[in-house]
Amino acid sequence: MNKTWLKISGLLLSMVLAASSIAGCNSSDNPSTTGPTVSPTTQQGSGILTPAKRLKVATTSSLYDTGLWALLEPMFEKEFGVEVDVLYANTGIALQYGQRGDVDIITVHDKARELQFIADGYGTTRSAFAYNYFVIVGPASDPLGLKGLSAEDAFKKLFASKTTKFVSRGDASGTHSKEQAIWKAAGFNYADVRSSGAWYVESGQGMGPTLQMAGQLQAYTLSDLGTFLAFKGQTGLASIVDKGSILLNVYAAIPVNPAKVAVSNKDMAQKMAEWLMSPAIQKVIGDYGVKDYGAPLFTPCAGNEPSS
Amino acid sequence: MEEIWLGLQRAVELIFSADPDVMEATWRSLSISATASVIAAVIALPLGSLIFHNTFHGKRFVISFIHTLFSLPTVLVGLFVFLLFSRSGPLGEFGLLFTPTIMVIGQAVLVTPLILGLVISALSGIDRMAKETAIALGASRWQMGLLMIKEARYAIFTAFILGFGRAISEVGLALMVGGNIRGFTRVLTTAISLETSKGDIELSLALGIILLGIALLINMALSWLQQRSTVIRPRPVE
Repeated sequence: MNKTWLKISGLLLSMVLAASSIAGCNSSDNPSTTGPTVSPTTQQGSGILTPAKRLKVATTSSLYDTGLWALLEPMFEKEFGVEVDVLYANTGIALQYGQRGDVDIITVHDKARELQFIADGYGTTRSAFAYNYFVIVGPASDPLGLKGLSAEDAFKKLFASKTTKFVSRGDASGTHSKEQAIWKAAGFNYADVRSSGAWYVESGQGMGPTLQMAGQLQAYTLSDLGTFLAFKGQTGLASIVDKGSILLNVYAAIPVNPAKVAVSNKDMAQKMAEWLMSPAIQKVIGDYGVKDYGAPLFTPCAGNEPSS
Repeated sequence: MEEIWLGLQRAVELIFSADPDVMEATWRSLSISATASVIAAVIALPLGSLIFHNTFHGKRFVISFIHTLFSLPTVLVGLFVFLLFSRSGPLGEFGLLFTPTIMVIGQAVLVTPLILGLVISALSGIDRMAKETAIALGASRWQMGLLMIKEARYAIFTAFILGFGRAISEVGLALMVGGNIRGFTRVLTTAISLETSKGDIELSLALGIILLGIALLINMALSWLQQRSTVIRPRPVE
């Protein structure tokens, strides 16, 4: 009887010991991802209540789903000897994390809200580092015949027919913002569109799942080019409308303002913004995707943000 | 159907190739959930005994309340812990958000009511005679409490395993407070969620199978322990 009890407590104890080795001392021991690039300074003072200095980046899902961050993250870590934590979010959540001081820098794509973020004092500067275009994608057969139309006209036709479904992100992401802007430009009140019937589907999920849902429903949706290309094979959707200045999609990095919010790693955030704008990294961004998709997913634009 | 088969194959491959990312996420899942469950048990055992052995006003309500918390949604705990530990929250200065530590804290919050409620039930299941005999033999309150826990140990251990199971299988809380950071806070469930959203169904399935495998191993270990103890236990007085 006592023996069993001893064993049980022994099992529990060994679980705690095992666990504390990871949860307690933070992750100074992840060979697969950090490798030899972690500088010793980042590991100092890593206890339960004083975690090691890490740079937290909240990014819009398109920069993550396309794999761009997976490429950039180890490069930055190696060059600056800091642990980078990339949080996969959408523009709305990333801005929210920034306002609360939970991340040091955000990379998002919604100019109006970015400018507001800076005007409110939460961000220091906006560095537009790359762009591409949004695309209206849908079944390859294009049941409503939207091909060749402008984005605004395509939306008008979608609304008028109400037969083929349209999947909206519905999640306050940058893409969702853009969709609302297009509805507005097409002369609609967004609240009316939302409540106009079952053809308008709100997925409430990221771009990848939304594209998959559109593929399953044989519906149209608005996507950023990068994620669409990355998911094209799985969804079977085709690009229907891809021209027009309204579809411009600019990605910007904004360090969180340490004067307004208590962030943990302000210097490194500034360095990252500068790094993203540097010629070498701009070239990496411009080359990304050529190998897999035959065309770059992003056009680097440091210093000259396009207006159309 | 084919996808499920492919997922199974992929799981076997991942296990035998000891894929470092998967091993790491698995290990992290295990250690975070185990730590959280142990913390929860350390809180729940004395607190449960205290509630069980004492009569006080509103005891029934306290117990119903604990039972209500069994169905606490993980995202609600996630939101609560997020707001508490976010930099602009009351405990923000510790900078714990998006670390494995906060995941342990969150899971402990989630699992404590479950273990607590089950500990109280376990103690209730012990024959009243045991308690009365102990008191009659002059046991102190402390000794009596320990004796009762010892008598109820199997049910308590099952409570612990259930708590651990809830911790290791939840995803909402881990995602909200951990952030699913690759190589730092990514655990099996958040990896499954991410891979599903990326459309890699095979890998998601494979990770899910690994998670189930862990649960199976732990439960086998449990029943092995129980069986062994029943072999030793009946020692007839001659």
